[in-house]
Amino acid sequence: MRRTRWIAGAIGIIVVLAGIFLLPIPSLLEWQSIFLKRTFFVLIFCGVFCLARALRGPTPADRVVAVDILGILIVGFCAILGIPTGRDWYIDIAIAWALQSFISILALAKYLEGRRFEE
Amino acid sequence: MNTIIGMVFIIVGLTFDFIGCLGLIRLPDVYNRLHASIKCVTLGTSSILFGLFLYKGFSPAGIKALLCILFLVLTAPVSAHVLARSAHKAGVKLCDKTVCDKYEEDEKE
Repeated sequence: MRRTRWIAGAIGIIVVLAGIFLLPIPSLLEWQSIFLKRTFFVLIFCGVFCLARALRGPTPADRVVAVDILGILIVGFCAILGIPTGRDWYIDIAIAWALQSFISILALAKYLEGRRFEE
Repeated sequence: MNTIIGMVFIIVGLTFDFIGCLGLIRLPDVYNRLHASIKCVTLGTSSILFGLFLYKGFSPAGIKALLCILFLVLTAPVSAHVLARSAHKAGVKLCDKTVCDKYEEDEKE
C-alpha cells in the first residue's frame, strides 16, 4: 500500500514537470524568452505543495511552517517576474515581502508558544 | 555570457526550491519538515536572486537583489529557530523514530 502510494506520487510529479517543460503554453504577456515562461510554473507547483501542507497539517505549527516557506517562495517568484517584463519595481515588492514575512512569523511563533497542544 | 550564467543559477535555484517543498510534504514531523525545507528554500531563493543580479549587472535592480539576499540570509534562519523553539514549548510531539531530545533534558535540569 505504501509502495503503491509512493510510485503514484513519483509518477504524478514527473508527469507535471514534463508537462510544464514540454507542452506549448500560450504567451500570457509579451515575453521574449521561452525558458523563463516555464520556470515561473515550477514555482507555482511548489506553492501548491505548501498550500497542501497548510491545509492538512496535523498541528498548528505545521501550518505556520508552510506559510513561512510560501513567503520565501514568493520572494523568488517576484525576482523571476522582474526579468522578462523589464519592470524593476518587482524586486522592491520582494524586499518588502521578505521583511514583513519575518515580522509576522515572529508574531505567530510568540502566539504558538503560549498554548498547549495535547494530542 | 552573463545571461547564460544567470540562467544556470536560476535553474539551480529552482531545483533547490522544488526539493525543499518535496521535503515539506514528505517528512513525518514538524522539526524534520522545518529542517529540510528552510535551508533548501533559502539557498534556492538566494540563487535565483543572484541570477537576477547577473542579468541586471550593477544597475539599481541588481544592487537591490544583493540587498534582498542579505535580508533573506539574515532573517530566514532566525525565524526557523524561533519556530522550532516555540513548537517544542507548545508540546508538539516528536516522531516515533527519534533517538534523543537534548532540549528536553536541558529543560529538566
